[in-house]
Amino acid sequence: MTMLSERQQLSYIASQAADARLNVELETEGMTLNIGPQHPATHGTLRIIARLDGEQVVWAEPSAGYMHRGYEKLTEVRTFPQVTTLINRIDWLGSFANEVPFILAAEKLMEIEAPPRAQHIRTILFELSRIANVGLFLGDLGVQMGAITPVFLAFRDREYVLNLIEGATGGRFHPNFDRIGGLKDDLPQGWIDETRQVMKKLRGFCDEIEDLLFGNEIFQSRTRGIGVIPADVARQYGLSGANLRASGVDWDLRRDQSLPMAWDKVDFKVWTHPDGDSWARCWVRLQEVRESTKIVDQLLDTMPAGPVMAKVPRIIKVPEGEAWVSTENPLGEMGYYVVSKGDLGPFRVKIRSASFNNISITPWLLKGVYVPDIITILASLYFILGDIDR
Amino acid sequence: MIVQLAVEVPYWGQSLLRVLGGLVAVLLPAGTIVYLFLFKMMSFMQSRLGPMEAGPFGSMQLFAEVGKWLQKEDIVPENADARIYKIAPIIVLVSTFLLVVVIPFGPDAWFTNFSAGVFYALAIGSVSVIGILVAGWSSANKYSLLGGLRAAGQLIAYELPMVLAVVGVVIQAGSMNLQDIVMAQNTGEIFGWSGIGFPFVLTQFVGFLIFMIAVQAELTQAPFDMPIAESELVSGYMTEYSGFRFLMFFIGEFATAGVFALIASVLFLGGWGIPFSWFGWETIDQVDNWMNIVGPLIMFTKMMVLTGIIMWVRFSYPRFREDQLQRFAWKVLIPLSLANIAVTAIVKVVV
Repeated sequence: MTMLSERQQLSYIASQAADARLNVELETEGMTLNIGPQHPATHGTLRIIARLDGEQVVWAEPSAGYMHRGYEKLTEVRTFPQVTTLINRIDWLGSFANEVPFILAAEKLMEIEAPPRAQHIRTILFELSRIANVGLFLGDLGVQMGAITPVFLAFRDREYVLNLIEGATGGRFHPNFDRIGGLKDDLPQGWIDETRQVMKKLRGFCDEIEDLLFGNEIFQSRTRGIGVIPADVARQYGLSGANLRASGVDWDLRRDQSLPMAWDKVDFKVWTHPDGDSWARCWVRLQEVRESTKIVDQLLDTMPAGPVMAKVPRIIKVPEGEAWVSTENPLGEMGYYVVSKGDLGPFRVKIRSASFNNISITPWLLKGVYVPDIITILASLYFILGDIDR
Repeated sequence: MIVQLAVEVPYWGQSLLRVLGGLVAVLLPAGTIVYLFLFKMMSFMQSRLGPMEAGPFGSMQLFAEVGKWLQKEDIVPENADARIYKIAPIIVLVSTFLLVVVIPFGPDAWFTNFSAGVFYALAIGSVSVIGILVAGWSSANKYSLLGGLRAAGQLIAYELPMVLAVVGVVIQAGSMNLQDIVMAQNTGEIFGWSGIGFPFVLTQFVGFLIFMIAVQAELTQAPFDMPIAESELVSGYMTEYSGFRFLMFFIGEFATAGVFALIASVLFLGGWGIPFSWFGWETIDQVDNWMNIVGPLIMFTKMMVLTGIIMWVRFSYPRFREDQLQRFAWKVLIPLSLANIAVTAIVKVVV
């Protein structure tokens, strides 16, 4: 408790000092560097206050909230079907994956379950959004370290996935396709064949990135042994997703949890890495994209027939109760605690987003690293601002 | 070597011609490099088209960009040291112009025939450090300061291997005059065969590699671009600059790439010359006058090849960290170049 208050105190002093020094002469000793809120490496408006000694970080603190959009409050004034439109925008790169846990929580309260075909398609779209999200990470990784080519390759190949998502749902970025009790539509004709081809292309993309970036010696020297998170520290700070698996913790909600989704019907490997450094985090994500393409392929092969929508009342009223559902989203564990009072909309929704917990480790992790490593560590932790600030 | 021109040109006319020639020799390669490599080659490597709208295949894009920059406001930050802040880009650009002065483009097509040309070129090449350091310091911006300091550390560290790599060439040619180095390569012979002359890249291959790596660092191109490092330091020492002062940095960056490529082609690839045995020339006085036209074209071709390689590396590599870069310079490049000098000297004495 004392440590916490001390940290708060330091954070306050540092932010005051940072503001005060903005227009004051430069200090040579113990410079305070404001990384962000407007900085190319922060993917948005994350602000990191870093006290530097030369190029070494003495103390760093992330300061979130510059893009707070009040989602938890906004959900209270919307009906259940309207909420999906909103929560799409939390992690904007893998937006379909945001809808799923909320819909599952609502279904849990209503005690209905989507038909098997809907579950299959949901899982496929979920994995596609993971590929779109993490695939962009793989390219972005290069740009954070000064290699400009991989990001264009990533954007090129993400386009195929976005086209697929658009083909199935009608929306490229914000599909809003999930409904309580199933999906809005069935898949269009020819979509399955198209998806198979795209998955092949994406495996090629993974190989390409592995050659271009992961095989590069400079990249390795920039990431190996940098920003090491031991497994117990990772657990204490509540990391999830690939960041936790890269520390050697074998933990994947897709496998460890039984949800009405199709992950239990496919066979996939949960990749872990013992090192816990930036390299491990990047490498685990690369393997995950590969694994996702295999999951999609398997699901396409075993696609059941049938309806995509269960019987639900026209006006959805969720019975009174509380439900917590979390899934393994592209960025980590994402969960919704939904409290319903039997109305048209939720009484209260608590959103647990992965990035918020993932960047909470930065004060611990950034201590003693060099300024260029701040960027690689932040890039390898992989956060999305919408997911931090909500 | 007597300058024979059809008309008698007075001294002021010669000076004017030299200034115009210098402008052409700096700005033409810079523009070509920007269009061909930065706009087009990078785009094709990244599976996109690049600029296509301005002119055929976007070839007028650069003029549009220059026009845009010239229109922009020349912002000086409130706390900046205004006078120094304004001078800094000029220092960088002027050092490029000073650098081109000693490069020979043909038997008579040179600005000055300076007997210690190599020495001068390497000395002047490091003047731009002052401009960059001053730019970073005077901007009153922490990112600029970090960028400027990084640039200073990096450029000094890589100046050394560059100089040491050139020493091998100087030993082999027995002269510091760039014209003589060109001559030595084109009149030389390999085991009695003079079909391709004797470009020093054959014997000084290690020196050539070290020189090109050092040039890459000197130009602050990726993988050595941490003074600019757009993902860490926004734009390093250039962060606060806008309008035509930024344009000067921009031209300086690519013009210097061209000029260093020219120097590399003079030192290692035979410069403007073609093997003299082809036409039965023996000394520089026998070289025909048309070489003054063809020579610059040969130089331009070699320069484009070398800058193409520089840019290729730039587009595909991530960047080092500052300490890794210093370690690479001091622990790998400098010992290697010293060993290169030792071997060259021994071979020179023995053979």
